[in-house]
Amino acid sequence: MKAPLFLLLALFILQACSNKTEKKLPILGQREPVENIVDGKTVVDTVYQTIPPFSYLNQDSAIISDKDFDGKIYIADFFFTACNTICPIMHRNMLEVYKKFKDNPNVKILSHSIDIKHDVPSRLKAYASKLGVESSRWAFVNGSRDSIFNIAAKSYLVAAYEDNADPQGLVHQGWFVLVDTKKQLRGAYDGTKEDQVKQMMLDMETLLAEEKLNEK
Amino acid sequence: MRNKLLYLSVFVFAGMIILQACSNEQQLNYQRYFVNGKKLYEANCQNCHGAKGEGLGKLYPPLTDTLRLTKNKSMLACIIKHGISETSGNHDTSYQTAMPGNAALPDIDIAQIIVYVTNSFGNKQGFYDQSTVTADLKNCK
Repeated sequence: MKAPLFLLLALFILQACSNKTEKKLPILGQREPVENIVDGKTVVDTVYQTIPPFSYLNQDSAIISDKDFDGKIYIADFFFTACNTICPIMHRNMLEVYKKFKDNPNVKILSHSIDIKHDVPSRLKAYASKLGVESSRWAFVNGSRDSIFNIAAKSYLVAAYEDNADPQGLVHQGWFVLVDTKKQLRGAYDGTKEDQVKQMMLDMETLLAEEKLNEK
Repeated sequence: MRNKLLYLSVFVFAGMIILQACSNEQQLNYQRYFVNGKKLYEANCQNCHGAKGEGLGKLYPPLTDTLRLTKNKSMLACIIKHGISETSGNHDTSYQTAMPGNAALPDIDIAQIIVYVTNSFGNKQGFYDQSTVTADLKNCK
């Protein structure tokens, strides 16, 4: 009589151990259900918002496109080199992220300049070097006005626009947007707040584990 | 008799307080400048130069070089008010980043920022009066 009870208890304990769920980050942005027919049955799949193809010039005047981010996770943000409001704070924090993941080839950073006219590659290069960024894993990019402002608003969901009322003529938010290998949005963090950036670094580890990119 | 003694002691006490206050006026001014300067620094300078005056890489110079601050002290007001261009040659050659000016800042605010900066981040250079700032600003290049 006692043996089965003991077994049952042991089973419960084992269950509890194996039941440890892996933490997963949410998928952000728009989503829509799509009906597919698999093996004669209708299956509803959810299609999530993704980052569309893009092509910019980076600080080395090389073309950088969505292909360079295939199979990698990355952080995207918007800034400009002459900005003296939130950008220095954002990039002071981002520098910590860069240092932490510098040796991981599966992590990249993509900083879009919204000062299309002035932030040409040579200027972005000077900015990157002064910041202490020598690797192209942190890309500072210059693109056409439409492509940058459109991708900010529609894909990364970051407000960035030209505003004549602003002393510098450019207004933007300081979000750091975390993108996974499928180019889906997995997190948005206020780049001016140290604690949120710390959380982002933890979430990046979680995402790398989920994507099984930690093994080398 | 007892009343007289009480009267006298109160008088002496009051006199002492007034004397104390006079000798501490400089000290009080310093503290007032420092506290206001901290607020102004946070609003106008901290984004780039950092909460601990540490700067950022080679983009924005740190404010911890006390020797450099002493040597160029009469230029500080001009730099805060008018900024410096990338090629002005006024700054350390390893930091060729333009600094925007703050033309709207009144002299008193500039003096308060100078007192805060030159007495924080490991600097200890004492009081800097508003009138000195006004004089400095007349000699801006």
